Amino acid sequence: MTELLQFAFSGLTVGAVYALVALGFTLIYNSCDVINFAQGEFVMLGGMTAVFLGLAGVPLPLAACLAVVLTVAVGLALHRFAIEPARGSGAVVLIIITIGASIFLRGAAQVIFDKRFHTLPPFVGGDAIRIAGAAILPQSLVVLAGAVIILVLLWAFIERTLIGKAMVATAANEIAARLVGIDTRAAVGLSFAISAAIGAVAGILITPVALTSYDVGSLLALKGFAAAMLGGIGSAVGAVIGGLVLGLLEAFAAGYVSSQYKDAVAFLVILIVLLAMPRGLFGRAPVERV
Amino acid sequence: MRGLLNHRLFPALAMSAVVVLMPLVLPSAYYYRVAALVFVFALAAVGLNLLMGFAGQVSLGHAGFMGIGAYAVAIGPTHLNLPSWLAFVGGAGLSALVAFAVGRPILRLKGHYLAVATLGFGLLLAIAFSNEARFTGGPDGMAVPRFAVFGLSVRGAQAWYWITAASFLIGAVLALNLIESPTGRALRAIHDSEVAARVLGIDVARMKLAVFVVSAVYASVAGSYFAFLNGHITPDVSGFLRSIELVAMVVLGGLGSVAGSLVGAALLVMLPQTLTSLHDYEHMALGLIIMLVMIFLRAGIVPTLARALRRA
Repeated sequence: MTELLQFAFSGLTVGAVYALVALGFTLIYNSCDVINFAQGEFVMLGGMTAVFLGLAGVPLPLAACLAVVLTVAVGLALHRFAIEPARGSGAVVLIIITIGASIFLRGAAQVIFDKRFHTLPPFVGGDAIRIAGAAILPQSLVVLAGAVIILVLLWAFIERTLIGKAMVATAANEIAARLVGIDTRAAVGLSFAISAAIGAVAGILITPVALTSYDVGSLLALKGFAAAMLGGIGSAVGAVIGGLVLGLLEAFAAGYVSSQYKDAVAFLVILIVLLAMPRGLFGRAPVERV
Repeated sequence: MRGLLNHRLFPALAMSAVVVLMPLVLPSAYYYRVAALVFVFALAAVGLNLLMGFAGQVSLGHAGFMGIGAYAVAIGPTHLNLPSWLAFVGGAGLSALVAFAVGRPILRLKGHYLAVATLGFGLLLAIAFSNEARFTGGPDGMAVPRFAVFGLSVRGAQAWYWITAASFLIGAVLALNLIESPTGRALRAIHDSEVAARVLGIDVARMKLAVFVVSAVYASVAGSYFAFLNGHITPDVSGFLRSIELVAMVVLGGLGSVAGSLVGAALLVMLPQTLTSLHDYEHMALGLIIMLVMIFLRAGIVPTLARALRRA
């Protein structure tokens, strides 16, 4: 029982990060049908920028805010200079562009920062908290709390504000949205900005627990993409559940099967779920028109 | 002239000319080796192009089949005492079988769901290769015995240049013929609309499975050559990044263009070799070039240029 709880804690911590990356995938996919493989680089940029600003003597809260701002700027630039000019291209072409962007950002990080592993001091000090014999680090609770806060803020923004509703309208039908006077280009740009911000925050939160380096992005993009597909692409609820399930699967597989095969178990389960439910857990069935 | 340009086998003819004329300008064994690598990846890309460019199905796991081919020629002679040519053929056969078994269930998935399923498949193979150290040498990889037929072993970059070039050309001609056959037309119909294709009486599931198996064999053969060329393989051969690279070759060169796959492979094999002079800026330059090509030559390098030529 203690063991189970211990694995669940570590799985939920990692899963929360996967969920945030998957949420970033979902936001951009909904706004413009692009699978953004540079999503993992947002996480890396958030973590690495905060680390290096910290090393330069900037206090941690300010460094974190600046890191988010910088990542948002990168997200907006990605939309403006890479996605917008290629509008109307096929899905695969847009995917290759985002992969190019992710190689570019990784290369830039390698030059601007360095190739070593880095960490941040935990935001809250103190010893591990014991619950029924299982230990959980305070920072893990911070990660989970951060993820919940982001979700609530995002939900409130989308459901309760006019700008959020404009984004929903753009996602539902771009031409119709333009006809009622919504600046759809700005709405798509906004989705890149929000995705970048979510990624950066995830990167900052997880760095004290999991270390960061210039090349953590591609693995996170892969996991986040898998989580988003497991949940059913386009569904925000699905992205969050998919991320948490993926994190838990990995933790349990590492604990009970073998740590070398944890990714294998996770992907095997994803394959089986997709074969049983070809639209993911929460995806809607599309209608194909001829 | 126009008739020649539009002939079905014109791309094959042009590519043969390139293959024959290249040795006139290749200065050293190193360049022969790079050229052989280009042909190896071009072969895998042509196979993947059949699947992506014609049938419209995305695979992010094709490096998995390259891995099967590569490890077949390493494990067969080392652990099972098979002659290397038999291991080579056996690897291709095994890839076809695996593609058949895996393709049947997962090709029912569509679009990005198929992408993530193939990605998972490739990942599973890469994980198996790096963890079954008894057979594969684990993450450090294993040595690949020289390729030998009837006691004659192949050595030297020049020999490999001609072998890989000939294999690539055969693969390209087969692909060009397949495209123009009724099967090829059926595949293109599936690409345009699965529903419409089914209404026309095309057995969509069977066609997709067939092209998936064919593309797996292409990748497997390419993987075997890759192993022979390097003399050593690691699980990276079937890694996620390798799969992405294959997809990028197909899309950069041009979806649905056989000659494009050669151009895409040449670009992505040679760029890192040339960009090493940029040292730390290598990856930035590579990413930038990929983005610029896709933004300005949306249909891919070869189709865009061909259209421009025709208009001129």
